[in-house]
Amino acid sequence: MVELRLPKNSRIRTGKTWPKPEGAKNIRTFRIYRWSPDDGDNPRVDTYFVDTDDCGPMILDALIWIKNKVDPTLSFRRSCREGICGSCAMNIGGTNTLACIRGMDEYEGDIAIYPLPHMEVVRDLIPDLTHFYAQHASIMPWLETKTPEPEREWRQSIEDRKKLDGLYECVMCASCSTSCPSYWWNGDRYLGPATLLHAYRWMIDSRDEATGERLDQLEDPFKLYRCHTIMNCTNTCPKGLNPAKAIAEIKKMMVERKL
Amino acid sequence: MQQKHFITDYKKVQGLGTAHDGVEHWWLQRVSAVALLFLTPFFLFPFARALGAGHEAMLATYASWWNATIAALFVITALLHLRFGLQVVIEDYVHSRPLRTGLLLANALFTMAAAFAGVFSIAKIYFSA
Repeated sequence: MVELRLPKNSRIRTGKTWPKPEGAKNIRTFRIYRWSPDDGDNPRVDTYFVDTDDCGPMILDALIWIKNKVDPTLSFRRSCREGICGSCAMNIGGTNTLACIRGMDEYEGDIAIYPLPHMEVVRDLIPDLTHFYAQHASIMPWLETKTPEPEREWRQSIEDRKKLDGLYECVMCASCSTSCPSYWWNGDRYLGPATLLHAYRWMIDSRDEATGERLDQLEDPFKLYRCHTIMNCTNTCPKGLNPAKAIAEIKKMMVERKL
Repeated sequence: MQQKHFITDYKKVQGLGTAHDGVEHWWLQRVSAVALLFLTPFFLFPFARALGAGHEAMLATYASWWNATIAALFVITALLHLRFGLQVVIEDYVHSRPLRTGLLLANALFTMAAAFAGVFSIAKIYFSA
């Protein structure tokens, strides 16, 4: 059944309040989820104070500032710091997003930061994404063709290329999939919005010759039809994409080929 | 977490493969919804009018072929829609396989039995009028 409460060893306790930076004039408070696999302790929420005059403007800047100046054990993923690698996806102020492209000024009061919801936690803000990546790998995320490869390149009209806009930008940060209740309850079998958006991206690529096979692969009550158009995916996508629409288009194609 | 079976992530995702099912369910859920949009008022108004007016009025209402047909169609469509809707709820929230299979069967049997009982009752009134 659906778990309405966290398992006993996952219940979150109040953690440590770290000292305020000395002589700071402008301070923001961060409440950050902490959990380490090394001790047997439950997760806790630590309180940190960030001197915003000494720190960059984004949430990720604050996290790096905390790691450098307050607590080097705070763990999180980050790489490009410009919203293109998808590493720093986390739940900030109740919404999944990328820490690097969200400014501290977009939030009022204390800023709460948790790992992506309903995922196993590796440590602190780092979720285990192996299943998510395996799901992505399962939909053949590449150009699949039968026709012998042309001498120069697979050509595509400007018009057909435009169909990929709003899809190719996805950076696989997992914000959408981990915001989806269907993915929470049935993520073992439901592919989730990110993977389905990628599946659609290849289905409507004019150069791809495996549209039918791709549809065949998704024609399943769990892989595809767990989507109930809840739209959390579209609301949360830090890149402003619309996975819910991509899924709706797949469902339309499923019916179209029957009529 | 301790690994018991050394199953790769890719194999876990593949599971038992694709069921090649679900399109019909999704499509009929929507078709029945649209049908109910029209059937519900046509069923409800004569039914509500007869509701407080006693046994005779009810019999008279369903002695009309139009009212009887609409009522029968309504009962079948509504229960089909209910079955599909409940099936989704069960699949979403019940994860124990024996319990889920049991509930899905119960859902199918209950809605089919209810549809049969409804249509039979309407037919009985119509044909004995």
